[in-house]
Amino acid sequence: MSLNVSDLRIARGGLPVLEGISFELTPGQALILRGPNGIGKTTLLRTIAGLQPPLGGTVSGGEDQIAYAAHSDGLKSALSVTENLRFWASVFGTQSIEPALKAYNLTGLRDRPAGALSAGQKRRLGLSRMMVTGRPIWVMDEPTVSLDQASVTLFANAVRAHLSAGGSALIATHIDLGLDATVLDVGPYKAAPLEFDDFDGGFL
Amino acid sequence: MIALLMRDLRLAVRAGGGFGLGLAFFLIVTVMVPFSVGPESDLLARIAPGVLWLGALLSCLLSLDRLLALDWEDGSLDLLATAPLPLEAVVSIKALAHWITTGLPLVLAAPVLGVLLNLPLAGFKWVVISLLLGTPALSVIGTFGAALTVGLKRGGLLLSLLVMPLYVPTLIFGAEAARRGAMGMAVETPLLMLAGISAGVIALMPFASAAVLRINLR
Repeated sequence: MSLNVSDLRIARGGLPVLEGISFELTPGQALILRGPNGIGKTTLLRTIAGLQPPLGGTVSGGEDQIAYAAHSDGLKSALSVTENLRFWASVFGTQSIEPALKAYNLTGLRDRPAGALSAGQKRRLGLSRMMVTGRPIWVMDEPTVSLDQASVTLFANAVRAHLSAGGSALIATHIDLGLDATVLDVGPYKAAPLEFDDFDGGFL
Repeated sequence: MIALLMRDLRLAVRAGGGFGLGLAFFLIVTVMVPFSVGPESDLLARIAPGVLWLGALLSCLLSLDRLLALDWEDGSLDLLATAPLPLEAVVSIKALAHWITTGLPLVLAAPVLGVLLNLPLAGFKWVVISLLLGTPALSVIGTFGAALTVGLKRGGLLLSLLVMPLYVPTLIFGAEAARRGAMGMAVETPLLMLAGISAGVIALMPFASAAVLRINLR
């Protein structure tokens, strides 16, 4: 199932940030989003994940297919690594968490409370959550933040395995992951600023 | 859904989970009231059902700002919103977990604390029954308030102000049922009204909570 985005126009806090974005994400394909800070990459990913409605245009093919990874990992510090992961596995209705633990080299940390992990280890746990969702389209927002070089390789391998299994990935990142991926620079799609000629405009 | 409930219950009883906060507050309120109104056992017996109800309501209110705010802060609310669970189910389960960790202990503690307030013997049964019927409404309405204020830092003040008026009907009919029971009068009317309020908010409030949560997550 491929994800179709056509003529998408998105806003953050009521102000349009990006417009005219169109692309298609087919199974086995990875799309890397690039662009300067504040251009609206996170807003774009949130819109595609269905967390906020677009101003215009359509996103289709993503219903119940998307697993979304945000800036924060959504971990509970009082729960152990396996408890965190098992929770997401049962929310998404999948069973096995072992492949995910193994792929991100977390087996040695399995009984450690998430609160006692380092920033990079937390990130690895957050990324391993994507594997237990069992969903074909991964939408990830700066997944490599606070990861070391070895962990970035682990992550790139996981994405590669996901792609070869027929999944697809949409990743906003600033670093080179070494993936065979299409790159979309969202910089040129910056929305024209609104004309503030009415009274309401003064509040935006 | 059961996984979410189990996770919330587990988090509540682990370190820093805040389990027992409401119960401790309830204990403090009911222990302090006899000191503040003086040693008049007749007066205490008369106000005991109302004090127990007020104490339960305030204890419930105390724990509301953690209900969704913690999940918001660590990002799991965003992830839950993109999970296969509908948000209506998420807020219902959250309310249920809140009731189990806050409301149910209050119901169980009320008869014990009733002794401290010289609650008439006939009143024990009705205090427990009215709290059992009323506290689910407090949790569900509170979840709505928590959903309204979820994006705000230190939203506790606004949350209390928003939720207070919504709690009034539950408090009126709950305390009235308990008072009538303690006086040996007929309790059917306030008890039915209380049950009606609870049934109504349990059925309708999750939709409202999920709707405001969707807006807050944008």
